[in-house]
Amino acid sequence: MFDCLTDAVASRPHLRHIGRYMRSAFLLEVGDTPYHVTVENGAVSAVEVGPFKMRSWDFAIRAPREVWETFWSDAPPPGYQDLFAMTRYGHARLEGNTAPLLHNLRYVKELLALPRTLRQEAGK
Amino acid sequence: MSSRIEPITGRYVHLEIEGRPYRIYFEEAGSGIPLLCLHTAGAHSSQYRHLMCDSAVTDRFRVIAFDLPWHGKSNPPEGWQDEEYKLTSSFYVAAVEAFSEALDLDRPVVMGCSMGGRVVVRLALEKGAALRGVIGLEGSDHPSPWYDNSWLESPEFLRGDFCAALVSGLVAPQSPDEFRWETLWHYYQGGPEVFKGDMHFYRTDSDYARDSSTIDTGACPVFLMTGEYDYSCTPENTIETAKRIPGAEAIIMKEMGHFPMSENPAAFREQLLPVLARIAGKD
Repeated sequence: MFDCLTDAVASRPHLRHIGRYMRSAFLLEVGDTPYHVTVENGAVSAVEVGPFKMRSWDFAIRAPREVWETFWSDAPPPGYQDLFAMTRYGHARLEGNTAPLLHNLRYVKELLALPRTLRQEAGK
Repeated sequence: MSSRIEPITGRYVHLEIEGRPYRIYFEEAGSGIPLLCLHTAGAHSSQYRHLMCDSAVTDRFRVIAFDLPWHGKSNPPEGWQDEEYKLTSSFYVAAVEAFSEALDLDRPVVMGCSMGGRVVVRLALEKGAALRGVIGLEGSDHPSPWYDNSWLESPEFLRGDFCAALVSGLVAPQSPDEFRWETLWHYYQGGPEVFKGDMHFYRTDSDYARDSSTIDTGACPVFLMTGEYDYSCTPENTIETAKRIPGAEAIIMKEMGHFPMSENPAAFREQLLPVLARIAGKD
């Protein structure tokens, strides 16, 4: 799942460059499993797996495991191709302070897609 | 010597909209029935470049697209530096009308995408007799916002890369990467808060659902073509609109998103050519 983010971003200088102004911690929830992601100047410095006790975060994106898996498929069906498609149709929820997300929107969207990107690269 | 030069020409026309002078940039190619194309919010007329290079279209249609004021190579009005740009429904209609008159277009077909696909509903309502038909791409007759109004107060709307990231998911996964990123580049290019100014029209000043049922599609046929991946103007929004307009036709495009003419031109022409043939055949 999201354990891959640290190494995947480290090996992508351009992605790190896109996120170079981001300093934030956010929560990605896959079913019951929360991943706490810390970004410092475009590097993913930590991905920790919960449960957590009152851990702080700026924003959270929550979706059932099946939804994430559909999102990570090669050609996601309509409604699953993007974070905002998934929130529009109620497949995923976005909560908290959206300012750091909006300020780094392309970067975060590319982070979310990395599990798909990595699988596609491995298959080539 | 073997360089490819496209058949598109670009020029400027001076005209008045709501009493103020504007210098408007437009591109065109082809001859025949005028096909006036309206770009999406925050973008510009380059979105239609593929249609202008498609002889199956330009053999029968004069394809014309202009940049709205503040967009692309059209200037904002003199004094813009002391104003906040906000597109209104009445200004948008007046702009299309002024441009159409300035170029002396005889009963054009008007095709618009997204906010352009919204305004064609009002054009069909009020100016239908002067039009050969309208095509709403990713169009509907009323707003259906998918993010909170408070986001519009975010300083991010000053930035083109944010506007691009906001709309990036509206491109279908199947669309070629080259055209996905070209489509998004148009958003990177937008002036600060121009996309936001267009949102005034798209989100709050374009509810035509109450009157759209009075459109006379006998005089002005209405085609609404929407990509299945569009979560801004959803296929449901389009189908509901087509149901309200007697005689309107909804076409839901598989493996297509919110920017058909620019995100996947090859797939789009397959959908559009039959529609254009029907409009041309009606004459």
